[in-house]
Amino acid sequence: MSLFGFFSRQRTAPVARERLKFLLAHERALDGRSDLAAILQEEILAVIAKHITVDRDKVHVKLDRGSSVSTLEIDIEMPGAPDLKGG
Amino acid sequence: MAKVLVVTSGKGGVGKTTTSAALGAALAQLGQNVVVVDFDVGLRNLDLIMGAERRVVYDLVNVVQGDAKLAQALIRDKRVESLSLLPASQTRDKDALTPEGVERVVGELREKFDWIVCDSPAGIERGATLAMRHADIAVVVTNPEVSSVRDSDRIIGLLDSKTARAEAGDKIEKHLLLTRYDAGRAARGEMLKVDDVLEILAIPLLGIIPDSEEVLRASNLGCPVTLHNPASAPARAYADAARRLMGETIEIVVPIERKGLMSRLFGRSVA
Ligand SMILES: Nc1ncnc2c1ncn2[C@@H]1O[C@H](COP(=O)(O)OP(=O)(O)OP(=O)(O)O)[C@@H](O)[C@H]1O
Ligand SMILES: [Mg+2]
Repeated sequence: MSLFGFFSRQRTAPVARERLKFLLAHERALDGRSDLAAILQEEILAVIAKHITVDRDKVHVKLDRGSSVSTLEIDIEMPGAPDLKGG
Repeated sequence: MAKVLVVTSGKGGVGKTTTSAALGAALAQLGQNVVVVDFDVGLRNLDLIMGAERRVVYDLVNVVQGDAKLAQALIRDKRVESLSLLPASQTRDKDALTPEGVERVVGELREKFDWIVCDSPAGIERGATLAMRHADIAVVVTNPEVSSVRDSDRIIGLLDSKTARAEAGDKIEKHLLLTRYDAGRAARGEMLKVDDVLEILAIPLLGIIPDSEEVLRASNLGCPVTLHNPASAPARAYADAARRLMGETIEIVVPIERKGLMSRLFGRSVA
């Protein structure tokens, strides 16, 4: 094993932490303990922000739970001239 | 006012029974009248950890079903006068405990003791929900490891929805007890850190119990670790946790690794 591998292979805890945070956010939402729409809003924002600059209030997530059909509405208002990062 | 405290976790084998015995004994040593109640029907172990296995005559199920009086089933500890045990039974009948029976027995215990420490079985089934049912305070025992943290999160959800307090619209006091903590492995990034677990579970920290061979030694002898070797690291951590439950403010120190780099390198090469 390389010296680099010797020091880096052990740091698995940060991965555990991220996996748990993601998983529990969804499990809590399924239990009705937190608001799934709010979680989705944050995560969608984070993904979009990687590529485009958008205002927080330009992303709307709406979740309607019906007895037979549930709908998820995602509405993202794009800036007039897309300001692509790193383009 | 008597307090009912449930020691719970969801996941099995994380240290609930060890904690029930150690915290119960520590509270008793602070002068409190304490009973530790084994709710792990069919898999009783608290009697063994407390060193009272040969003194069990009647148990929780006998009292719940009205076959014995509470006083006949209570076992008084031989080392600490104000500490008692109510053992579980070894029956395989899952429905041996009825909600009404448990409510009545907990009510009777409230009249006799300051603290009723309920050792919950693992899981999220009937046994675990009955153990937490009448709790005022919950100690959520968690190991710094993914499946334990996830299960603790489930249990926190149940505490907030399935307990008598929650149903009445009252809050249940929840505390996180991080056990089997290995400072060296946390420092090397192999194990979740205290802050990671706290951030994820978002309930106040009651204490950090280091992973220690003292715990196994104490269990071999049938003596709560807080009585067996009060100067040991896990015993001191449990004693501090008991004081915090009594309302004292004691700073929580995150254990740090004491080994030097050399022993760590050698330690790893043989592992
Ligand atoms: N701080 C610690 N350091 C080292 N070993 C420990 C520690 N705490 C618990 N253990 C060991 O872990 C094992 C499980 O502990 P314990 O029986 O208390 O867990 P539990 O949560 O009650 O299990 P179950 O879910 O089966 O009831 C035992 O062998 C015990 O000695
Ligand atoms: Mg147990």
